[in-house]
Amino acid sequence: MAQQERDQAVDRELTMSRAMVEAIAHEMREDEEVFYMGEDVADYGGIFDSTEGLLDEFGHDRIMDVPISETAYVGAAVGAAQEGMRPIAELMFVDFFGVGMDQIYNQMAKNTYMSGGNVSVPMVLTAAVGGTYNDAAQHSQTLYGTFAHLPGMKVVVPSTAYEAKGLMHNAIRDDDPVVYLFHKRLMGIGWLPAPDGPKTPVPEEDYTIPFGSADVKREGSDVTIVTLGLHVHRALDAAEDLDDDGVDAEVIDLRTLVPLDTETVVESVRKTGRLVVVDEDYRSFGVTGEVVSRVADEALDDLEAVERVAVPDVPIPYSRPMENEVIPDGEDIKAAVEATE
Amino acid sequence: MYDDMVTARYYEERLQEEYLEGKQPAFDISAGPIPGELHLAAGQEAAAAGVCQHLRDDDVVTAPHRPHHIAIAKGVDLKRMTAEIFGRETGLSGGKGGHMHLFDPDVHFACSGIIAEGVPPAVGAGLAAKKRNEDSVAVAFLGEGAVDQGAFLESLNLAAVRDLPVAFVVEDNDWAISMPKDRVTDVEDASQRADGFDLPGRRVDHDDALAVYDAADEAIGRARHRNGPTLLEVQTHRRMGHFMGDPEGYRPEEDQEAAAQRDSIESLSEDLRDRDIDRETLGEIESEAQERVDEAIEWAKEQPEPEPEDAYDDVFVNPPSGVTDSEPDHTLAGGDD
Ligand SMILES: Cc1ncc(C[n+]2csc(CCOP(=O)(O)OP(=O)(O)O)c2C)c(N)n1
Repeated sequence: MAQQERDQAVDRELTMSRAMVEAIAHEMREDEEVFYMGEDVADYGGIFDSTEGLLDEFGHDRIMDVPISETAYVGAAVGAAQEGMRPIAELMFVDFFGVGMDQIYNQMAKNTYMSGGNVSVPMVLTAAVGGTYNDAAQHSQTLYGTFAHLPGMKVVVPSTAYEAKGLMHNAIRDDDPVVYLFHKRLMGIGWLPAPDGPKTPVPEEDYTIPFGSADVKREGSDVTIVTLGLHVHRALDAAEDLDDDGVDAEVIDLRTLVPLDTETVVESVRKTGRLVVVDEDYRSFGVTGEVVSRVADEALDDLEAVERVAVPDVPIPYSRPMENEVIPDGEDIKAAVEATE
Repeated sequence: MYDDMVTARYYEERLQEEYLEGKQPAFDISAGPIPGELHLAAGQEAAAAGVCQHLRDDDVVTAPHRPHHIAIAKGVDLKRMTAEIFGRETGLSGGKGGHMHLFDPDVHFACSGIIAEGVPPAVGAGLAAKKRNEDSVAVAFLGEGAVDQGAFLESLNLAAVRDLPVAFVVEDNDWAISMPKDRVTDVEDASQRADGFDLPGRRVDHDDALAVYDAADEAIGRARHRNGPTLLEVQTHRRMGHFMGDPEGYRPEEDQEAAAQRDSIESLSEDLRDRDIDRETLGEIESEAQERVDEAIEWAKEQPEPEPEDAYDDVFVNPPSGVTDSEPDHTLAGGDD
């Protein structure tokens, strides 16, 4: 169903965090083996409201506060998953991945392969990503590319409440490890105001969004803007502005990085001929380079111009003017589109 | 020591006022003159002051995400630290670090916002001192929530097995954000963990600032005289939320009230008066501290913000040409271009 039809069919809007929580609660009711662990996820309800309200229904045994020991609890999720349970482990900020990285990329991501497929790791690793609130280099990274680069993890990135719920249902039901990266700015938390876009109509019943299906958030014929997460909304804003200038931009929300829906992107580029890829992760060796090279592989002849918009290769600075400089905004996206003309 | 403690308290009270500006009525973390998160340490001043009294400028201190009281006690430049917290160009890090990432090489002070990850570098500083045959020491500060982290336990072992001149100082304020100690550890006293590494562990109560001072004297003395590392735990009380804006819905009111009633600054002031230091002398110390703080804050607020392009500097000390894209080049691919 297209976004518009969907919006008309459902009259209830949720924030992205409510939508995520709804999917988790549903899966926990259906399956005793699903549980959630992380720091401040029980009584606090998650620093980014990612577990708000779950403690009341499920108690401390299934919504588990854990010590500040990322290696231990991410690894424990791997172990429980290998025994057939379906843990969800939350890294409060994705930047903390380094502390538990061995468990993530040498255990969680590789055990299926190294066991010749005899072992599966049906767990979800959730983490908050993103800057735009001046919290400096250790609390503002996006790191989409890091997880997508290392084989063995499916990587999903919701941009709205509708996606957040559907992708979470899939993530929990999937027999492989899924990294579910939610942008703080989209969650709808009181102290970190969200833009208008992420609060969307969300059906009451459960539904899934297949991994590897990008969504065309705005149709257009002049230029293709490919992006994900918060930057879907920034790209849509830029597209509105461009429309005033007579440029009709198509905006594609990737929704998952692994698997990546190259087909939808290529189809769009065949139509528009111009490609702009926007990402809040670092520029080099990342999402923008990957998308461009896939399009080049399949549709080089259709490609008239390419631009990449991403964080230049610097850690995220604290102070406002510098953070604004490095994190792409609507103006940067517009300028990139104009540069393809 | 009293001086450092009242400076830190007043400093954070002023920061709190400044921080809330522009964030009211609806709290928005990214608004106002001080952006980002802010973690205040009201009630924990004695732990920092009592330890840092025994340190010289060439001794190394690493602090966690709640660093101001420690930085002040270590003698970090107050003006430039404040400018950093306001995100200004003349700040310690030119506005790149912010409140959780204060670096002042003049007094060998550094911070990390990643829990317990500032601890291994302190061990490294101790290692450097030992290798060079110098008598400087290193101190790693951390919270009681951080003692469950591998980096801390591995560091205790490395320092112990190498007899390094390091003191590990745990500030136990009972809470790690919303997690009370008893939900995340069966070991009530972090100092007990020293046993597992065969090094001395000592626990003191923060209400008695002089006891903190004495215990730190012993720990730093051991390190200074090459007798190896010590784990010192100071029981403190968290008087505020974890960060500014924390609604503390998880915290029982009695606990908040109990914490508010324990104030090592008040008890130290009583102690000093019992030792015949008159109220007037203490008053002078307090007003001098306030003047210094007010001056630092006024100065910081007048400082310019960095230029946006400054963001591209300092990735490397020795930047290889072509690596940092200050102006991402416009690559055109394919077609007829
Ligand atoms: C590796 C890592 N995990 C989680 C966090 C998030 N976090 C920041 S402060 C904190 C609690 C720390 O508690 P404690 O060490 O007791 O220090 P306190 O805040 O009480 O001073 C947590 C979990 C982090 N910064 N780094």
